[in-house]
Amino acid sequence: MDEKKLNIKLKIWRQSGPNTVGSFVDYNVSISPDASFLEMLDELNNSLEKNNQDPIVFESDCREGICGTCGMVINGEPHGPLRKIATCQLHMRNFKDGQTIWVEPFRAKAFPVIKDLAVDRSAFDKIIQVGGYISVNTGGVPDANSIPISKEIASEAFDSAACIGCGACVAACKNGSAMLFVSAKVTQFALLPQGQPERQKRVEAMVAKMDEFGFGSCSNTYACEAECPKGISVVNIAKLNHEYRLAKIKSKNVEV
Amino acid sequence: MGNINSTSKDFKLNSKVPEGPIESKWTNHKFSLKLVNPANKRRYDIIVVGTGLAGASAAATLAELGYNVKSFSFHDSPRRAHSIAAQGGINASKNYPNDGDSTFRLFYDTVKGGDFRSREANVYRLAEVSGNIIDQCVAQGVPFAREYGGLLDNRSFGGAQVSRTFYARGQTGQQLLLGAYSALSRQIHLGKVQMFNRREMLDLITIDGAARGIVVRNLLTGAIERYSGHAVILATGGYSNVFFLSTNAMNSNATAVWRAHKRGAFFANPCYTQIHPTCLPLHGDNQSKLTLMSEGIRNDGRVWVPKKKGDNRPPNQIPEDERDYYLERKYPSFGNLAPRDISSRSAKEVCDEGRGVNGGEAVYLDCFDAIKRLGKKAIEEKYGNLFDMYQTITGENPYEVPMKIYPAPHYTMGGLWVDYNLMSTIPGLFVLGEANFSDHGANRLGASALMQGLADGYFVIPYTIGDYLASHKFTSISTEHDEFKKSEEEIKEFVKKLLSIKGKSTVDEIHKKLGRLMWNKVGMARNEKGLKEVIGEIKTLREEFWKDVNVVGKAEDLNQTLERAGRVADYLELGELMATDALNRNESCGGHFREEYQTDEGEAKRDDENYRYVAAWEFENVGKWNLHKEQLEFEFLHLAQRSYK
Repeated sequence: MDEKKLNIKLKIWRQSGPNTVGSFVDYNVSISPDASFLEMLDELNNSLEKNNQDPIVFESDCREGICGTCGMVINGEPHGPLRKIATCQLHMRNFKDGQTIWVEPFRAKAFPVIKDLAVDRSAFDKIIQVGGYISVNTGGVPDANSIPISKEIASEAFDSAACIGCGACVAACKNGSAMLFVSAKVTQFALLPQGQPERQKRVEAMVAKMDEFGFGSCSNTYACEAECPKGISVVNIAKLNHEYRLAKIKSKNVEV
Repeated sequence: MGNINSTSKDFKLNSKVPEGPIESKWTNHKFSLKLVNPANKRRYDIIVVGTGLAGASAAATLAELGYNVKSFSFHDSPRRAHSIAAQGGINASKNYPNDGDSTFRLFYDTVKGGDFRSREANVYRLAEVSGNIIDQCVAQGVPFAREYGGLLDNRSFGGAQVSRTFYARGQTGQQLLLGAYSALSRQIHLGKVQMFNRREMLDLITIDGAARGIVVRNLLTGAIERYSGHAVILATGGYSNVFFLSTNAMNSNATAVWRAHKRGAFFANPCYTQIHPTCLPLHGDNQSKLTLMSEGIRNDGRVWVPKKKGDNRPPNQIPEDERDYYLERKYPSFGNLAPRDISSRSAKEVCDEGRGVNGGEAVYLDCFDAIKRLGKKAIEEKYGNLFDMYQTITGENPYEVPMKIYPAPHYTMGGLWVDYNLMSTIPGLFVLGEANFSDHGANRLGASALMQGLADGYFVIPYTIGDYLASHKFTSISTEHDEFKKSEEEIKEFVKKLLSIKGKSTVDEIHKKLGRLMWNKVGMARNEKGLKEVIGEIKTLREEFWKDVNVVGKAEDLNQTLERAGRVADYLELGELMATDALNRNESCGGHFREEYQTDEGEAKRDDENYRYVAAWEFENVGKWNLHKEQLEFEFLHLAQRSYK
């Protein structure tokens, strides 16, 4: 492995709390190209702690790109310059010696900053809670093979189900829209036979909740798909619109 | 925090395994358990800590039954729990492929895989409910892999000669967890589960000897909060992060179980740790964790090293007849699918011989034969995401260059001792999933962790907790009770102390030192001398921590350094118990390999006469424990030396 270290200039967003004013702070680091971006921040934090300074708050957990905990805007892009990875999978070898890197939290009206690079994404949970499930209790369900599903449909449903709930789609969107997130869940269940009984109710409830939180609308820039670490396609959004229209036609709820 | 409950040195562990033939134990037991009538269920508050597969499935199911559930997670959302990172699959004895599987065979494979150090009745029950789990998950809309005819597909996994592993590409844990999370979300919406995110459990409250509540730290504000209930369920995962470098998530920790242990819950078999054979090797000092490649890849991958020591040619230039496919050579009938403990140890062996990649700590794994046989597309479909992940991390293309892998700490079979009802030695404290010790003996087979987590949560605890609640009279307890107040004061004192040391070492520096000690002396191979040394070294490091750690920041704030400091303080005690247990167990079994006890061929040599027991440790004081033994009876399976040859 190449032991030559990279010298990087960092401009990192520091904000001590939800209601305080934040600003960029400069740091210089010298780091192995094999280190991950978050390991670079770990090392920086370790040196800050050594000097009795508060470390930079950022969230991460699995560091394998699947839990959806990490997420920051790196040089203007959620999860950084590479496609189809989460921040934790970004490695320093993708940056040049001497480069300046700007690091900011995911920014959206519905994702208030908690501290430094950590934001509150609990709105996503609340959207799921109103309908992102199939209402079955434990027990009393049919044998798994009594519901045949074609390989293609199962695979398509999986593509939508792969969403990790990180919120990069919202951060990437100029309107702060959550359409990609919501559409992925709606599409997964609209495709599967198990999802049919609540198909209409689900889409209505989830869209209403999404609007309530102040997520913006979709204006087809496809930034969400471009930044999605799991490559969730905007086709899901088209399907969501279709599902929503179908639901509205049949809806007993009075349209406002 | 060293209060001992009603237990003592002559306390007798009662596993409460029901009588009768193994096939009917669980059925009969379910009938004999007392029920809580539907109208009364809403009078009971149940605290569930952790929202992984075990915790989320338990919380959702108990809420469906009508109990009031309070669910706790230190994450920002229950969906982040580390079950989400499980890749390979989930076992179930459905026998869909018609290849000879049965409940009994899954039971047999699991007990044998665990090297005859698990409790027969628990394992049989696990196998018995395994099929229900798959039915449940499919009903929730989990998109499992399917055949062209629309039915579910299976693959094979280590330690089994049948295909019984259900999977959802390489993201099975994610899909199963999202299933359990969706069931949990539904109950939150219905108001039956109150969800408390960003709360870390720091103490268990016992009143009159029974678990009646928890005290948590609100990770956003630093406030200490108290919650009471009629029973407490811990589903807080394993303790692999004691090694610092492991495949566990950054925040996975042992604090909840450790604090419960200090309140009287016995800790069973702490030395049974699983080192997973197929992880990405270490790249440097600043590494924060190790990444796992699913063992599913061993279905189509072949593991090898050069035959000759010092053969540093690039892998593709090493001719076929100069490669040693050591697993195929040593274990012809299981080959690359030998169980995890055996595969890991074999990798260590060849690396110790100096035949690792460039003489270092790594071996090769490639799927080139399978690519030739099945085509690149088929392999891409099965393992595409794993290959992509490998390339992202290492910068090398696994379709062209053999991957480099090495074992890493991954799972802990040990955990809090529980009886057949999953209740710990503290009445009213139940422990599920990886946090308990019950089902995997000394080694867990691949794709069995997901099975156990969901079995415990969906199909075991909903029955057994009812019996506990129905057979106890409860007085109402307010969070103003003295035990709550005392605990809160102790926690505040503990936090204050951590913040006041202001030494020179950072929390991570001390954690890394501990991890290195554990890996070298309580890792893949252990011996008496090393264990005796390491116990002293851990004690010294613990003193260093309490004298020299520097925890920056404030108590009443989001303070990630403080969070880690509390966890490391616990690891420094737990690590000593792991070494103490490993030293006590003068035999080799599963993941516990004592160099003094091996067969002529270098395999683990058990001592059934003297060590056929569960070692359950009672906490007396920091660095001091009393050992209790639960003798393991094998009524239905014949004790045999494990052979995968």
